[in-house]
Amino acid sequence: MLNVGSLNEGIVLDHIKAGKAMSIYKYLGLDKLDCQVAIIKNARSEKMGRKDIIKIEGSIDLVDLDILGFIDHDITVNIIQNGKICEKEKLTLPNTIRNVIVCKNPRCITSIEQELDQIFVLSDKEKEIYRCKYCEEKYTAGL
Amino acid sequence: MRHLLSPLDFSVEELDTLLNLATDIEHNPEKYKDICKGKKLATLFYEPSTRTRLSFEAAMLNLGGNVLGFSSADSSSASKGESVSDTIRIISCYADICAMRHPKEGAPLVAASRSSIPVINAGDGGHQHPTQTLTDLMTIKSLKGRLDHLVIGLCGDLKFGRTVHSLINALVRYPGIKFVLISPKELRIPDYIRQDVLDANGVEYQEVEHLEDVLGSLEILYMTRVQRERFFNEEEYIRLKDSYILNSEKMAYANKDMLVLHPLPRVNEISVEVDDDDRAAYFKQVQYGVYVRMALILTLLDISAD
Repeated sequence: MLNVGSLNEGIVLDHIKAGKAMSIYKYLGLDKLDCQVAIIKNARSEKMGRKDIIKIEGSIDLVDLDILGFIDHDITVNIIQNGKICEKEKLTLPNTIRNVIVCKNPRCITSIEQELDQIFVLSDKEKEIYRCKYCEEKYTAGL
Repeated sequence: MRHLLSPLDFSVEELDTLLNLATDIEHNPEKYKDICKGKKLATLFYEPSTRTRLSFEAAMLNLGGNVLGFSSADSSSASKGESVSDTIRIISCYADICAMRHPKEGAPLVAASRSSIPVINAGDGGHQHPTQTLTDLMTIKSLKGRLDHLVIGLCGDLKFGRTVHSLINALVRYPGIKFVLISPKELRIPDYIRQDVLDANGVEYQEVEHLEDVLGSLEILYMTRVQRERFFNEEEYIRLKDSYILNSEKMAYANKDMLVLHPLPRVNEISVEVDDDDRAAYFKQVQYGVYVRMALILTLLDISAD
């Protein structure tokens, strides 16, 4: 097992589907952070076979849990304090997401008025379906 | 302040009140002829739609109000690149209410979020056309006396026809509705309407390919146009096109009190010979469209005759 230095204070995003860590890094805007961020790809997992992990040094406020919930609500969010897991955040599908994905409907008003926020509203929790706030085009949660 | 963006923006009770007001306007036009004096309706039509625009303008004029606006994007500041948000802020200074037709879906919602006057969606792309639905509901209620316990045939292009989707959405809220969906298999109702609307509400429906087979069971027949370009191949189009043309011969199979509705404009899907049939209600539908738009303007402006 590859060893990455353990965190004293920070967040560990565990059980990320293998291969998805870089997308999550991008969507959470982790490239803009000054703190240490470690991405572990293809870690061995009893539950998943292979998984990705992201470790972020700093407060939970650095991570938008709504975006993470939309991408994959099965990701485990561990909050580390004094080198130990002190809390696990449960992810849920957010009711709305803003400026995460872009509506692909060429007839949508957002296709010509780019200053509009890209807003999607959860329309079916069971099927994990979101709809564009403007044109109601259907999208399934996840990337 | 309220807007009308989707046919479902009004509850069944609110719809009832609106349709009752429209009926009162129909029977007592004198009472309403000056009720909107001094008020202005802006018709913001980013794409041409003569009937809908004139219907709105006639509605406002019948109420004693005035109208202003544009009838194509070329003659508006949109051609200079102005956003919908900016246009509506400016129009809010000129008019008391506006009706917007836009080729892009969701444009009226954007307008409503920035507007200080009520916005009526007069059609946004293939998305919504709520005043057509109000017109359809008023026609059915006025001529059938009810919106529940009806067998309604929807015929033609059920895949892309937004008027059909909106009408289904509006009617499933009433008890005892049964739909007969008549279309070629290429143009069947989309899955999201079948599953999310019909199945989800436990509404009875059947899907058939031939109009003749079901005409005798219908109380209302809502016709739409089947366009040649929607077919995957010419052979299929030729095989099926006559099945979706309503003529006197087919009307002979229909009930004597069945109503024929059509959102218009028709091309050839209803033969002109049917126009003289008492059951042809599509031109009456146009008149009801004016009454229901009058009622809508009064409701959104919160103006009462009493």
